[in-house]
Amino acid sequence: MTHLSNTMTAHQLQPDKWVDLYADYLFNYAVARVSNAEIAKDLVQETFFAGLNSAKNYKGDAAERTWLIAILKRKVIDHYRKINSNKGKAEVRINYNASSDSDGDWLEEQVADPYSKLENAAMENAELGLAIQECISKLPRKQSLVFTMKTIQGISTEDICNELGINPSNLWVMIHRARTALMGCLNQNWY
Amino acid sequence: MISCEKAAIICNKTQYKESSFWEKLSLRFHLAMCKTCSKFTKQNTEFTNICDKANLHIFTEEEKAAMKQQLEQK
Repeated sequence: MTHLSNTMTAHQLQPDKWVDLYADYLFNYAVARVSNAEIAKDLVQETFFAGLNSAKNYKGDAAERTWLIAILKRKVIDHYRKINSNKGKAEVRINYNASSDSDGDWLEEQVADPYSKLENAAMENAELGLAIQECISKLPRKQSLVFTMKTIQGISTEDICNELGINPSNLWVMIHRARTALMGCLNQNWY
Repeated sequence: MISCEKAAIICNKTQYKESSFWEKLSLRFHLAMCKTCSKFTKQNTEFTNICDKANLHIFTEEEKAAMKQQLEQK
């Protein structure tokens, strides 16, 4: 029976693989919410520590990444609580719009516009970032390394070649394979 | 005329602003003749725009190594 229930549990935690598998994904998730790369990095690290500490509570009903994201969400909330309490109290002011031409308009008409292009674009870009990150994580290790160094970190071709011990034509072939694979992956998962 | 493989490489270099004047010229010439590569170039350029828009972040390899070490010590 125990054997059966073990095989029924689809998900298991593998903390030794967390950094390689999820660090960048969580980083992008966090940076979209705190808009500061250094803070986001700290939150990811805290998430891994918290995950390790509460690993025994993991029931296996959610995928590992989903479980880590849930922890990260709480870390983000804690972060905002902390900066709010540092400032004293969060200040909320609501003014009923007093200008005469909008006399009698309801507050409901003043809430955030759900069709706001700016906010929707920001949200869509954050989701796009996660979709790309997920596709990058499916690439062969060396391709993803070359692609991210070049595209995200903006390191020069010469420096990458020196660091990885490859020549420029190797690099461009790997970039080509990575970009082609990523476009295919995004076509399936995003558009 | 350059081959499609060569054209693809130049197209990728162009995405990172690393193609030379002559490379760009030979790519232009190739694209005028080759529908397949024109389509690829269009998609590839769009992909570059998407990556810029997405505001991607990654940990460096050193940061990852440090993080792994700290996790192991826990």
